[in-house]
Amino acid sequence: MTAWSPAAGRSALRARPTREGSLTPVSGLGLGIAVMWFSLLVLIPLAAVVAASTSGGAAAFVDSVTSAQTLAAIRLTVGTALAVTVLDVVTGTAIAWVLVRDRFPGKFLLELVIDVPFALPTIVAGLVLLSLYGPEGPLGIDVANTRPAVFLAFAFVTLPFVVRTVQPVLAELDREVEEAAASLGASRLTTFRRVILPSLAPAIAAGAALSFARGVSEYGSLVLLSGNLPFRTEVTSVRILSSIENDNTAGAAAVATVLLVISLVVTVAIDVLKRRLVRRA
Amino acid sequence: MDLRRFRPLLALVLAVSLAATACGGGSSASEDGGSTIRIVGFAVPEAANRAIAEQWTKTPEGRGVEFKTSYGASGDQSRAVADGLEADYVHFSVASDVTRLVDEGLVAEDWDAGPTKGIVSSSIVVFAVRKGNPKGIRTWDDLVQPGVEIVTPNPASSGAARWNALAAWGQVVANGGTEEEAEEYLEKFFANVVSLPSSGRDATTAFLDGTGDVLMAYENEAILARQHGEEFDYLIPSTTLLIENPGAVLIDANPKAEQWLEFVLSEEGQRQFALTGFRPVIDGVEYGEVEGANDPANPYPEVEHLLTVEQDFESWEALSEKFFDETSGIVTRVIGESGKAS
Repeated sequence: MTAWSPAAGRSALRARPTREGSLTPVSGLGLGIAVMWFSLLVLIPLAAVVAASTSGGAAAFVDSVTSAQTLAAIRLTVGTALAVTVLDVVTGTAIAWVLVRDRFPGKFLLELVIDVPFALPTIVAGLVLLSLYGPEGPLGIDVANTRPAVFLAFAFVTLPFVVRTVQPVLAELDREVEEAAASLGASRLTTFRRVILPSLAPAIAAGAALSFARGVSEYGSLVLLSGNLPFRTEVTSVRILSSIENDNTAGAAAVATVLLVISLVVTVAIDVLKRRLVRRA
Repeated sequence: MDLRRFRPLLALVLAVSLAATACGGGSSASEDGGSTIRIVGFAVPEAANRAIAEQWTKTPEGRGVEFKTSYGASGDQSRAVADGLEADYVHFSVASDVTRLVDEGLVAEDWDAGPTKGIVSSSIVVFAVRKGNPKGIRTWDDLVQPGVEIVTPNPASSGAARWNALAAWGQVVANGGTEEEAEEYLEKFFANVVSLPSSGRDATTAFLDGTGDVLMAYENEAILARQHGEEFDYLIPSTTLLIENPGAVLIDANPKAEQWLEFVLSEEGQRQFALTGFRPVIDGVEYGEVEGANDPANPYPEVEHLLTVEQDFESWEALSEKFFDETSGIVTRVIGESGKAS
């Protein structure tokens, strides 16, 4: 899973004994297949979305993304996704820590359960959330049709990302380094901040970027619980769906393009943050 | 060069080409389809269509015909056919999903020229309420009282949900109100809406899981859900709207599809619709008792004042523009403002 972090990719490339700027026939072929596959699945569809977004002309593009209802939906979606990402970074790292460093009964079960949000079809997740946190939930907590419902659904589906990116890195971490730091008089907090955190930062950043991207695009798990109320609980994917229902694909693509750009900006920002952290250590 | 290094690659190429031939084989098999009818439709009438197909294959015309079916959200299904999903017969919840295919040249211009004007199944807008109707909801006016919580699918994202919003607006005008009063009614109505799920099915799920006091539903959905053991009451307001679901045969369809459509519109076909909650589109259909209806012996009581698209809203095209246009539609605007107000 660390393959997601660009740093790991670079070091793997460097390990190859090739001359600068040249590829062996096999790795050339490998690169060719990778680029082709990536283009078919990602680059071409994304380019098509961006192209479709401008098919109605610049005025139509501006109209669809500046409607007050759409802006409210974008604010809610991005804001909630950011908040959930911060939560995931903290809880995800803590859960990974518990899973790697501690021994306790039921650890095996917890390991399994972490992946449930990945494995569950999102509409099933929505049903579960509605029956647990809806008006007839057994816990007495009713968040149905309110903004906390959106937060809850995002938190549910993005939970595994940071856990699963941090866990293997933490497991590989050399404990002797921590011991050395301790023997040199570093407090536990300093050791965590100066020694452990910088090693985990790339993994946390990768997990955070995935969490954010997943949150922004989430639809299935929240439609039942959030109520889709305009200006209150309506998320961007519902707006996009409305445009499609009205055969306004250009409008739908325009909103999608704005989301794409926001996701890109946030991913880059997370990467910059990570580099700062690593450099400071 | 060491050939062994290429072995995994060779295996990959082989696997891909094998998969490609397999797919090719699959699609050519469906193309010959001499006696296969491909049905693409919205989700609700699936049970009825299956029952009708079973009856039809017992007749001389239908003997040996096989069916391939695809059911989903009406708009999505219509767009899929427009984008190349192969179909012989389509059955959608709103007319605009068929006219989309007319625009694409897939369905004949005169698809709605038949005796039922292209309509193959029909129902009406009803109120679903909690068992025993604790809030005492009877009329449209009761819906807009303070404290009444309404669940309705979202007219913006669900074509089928548009029937509900139209009924709410139309009943004011039909009873002598002005268009301004109808709009005021809509504003009060959407102010009481607590949830706007994306589809009729999602709305039913949210309602059955405890959201709201009243669900805007279709009579056939209410009957079908009660047939499946769900516990709630439904009631028919004295003024309501006739829901008409269109069906059509595609231009390049298997010739058998025309005979299928005839059978769907026959007494036997409509009887199967009636048994799963739809009101027949022709007269004189014998269906006996319909389980799940308020009164199984008289499942489809006459509505005092029944609005129709043709009489009260001109045409589906005209009302789409007037009510549901993304920027200027009356319903679009009212829903948007209901969110801003609170």
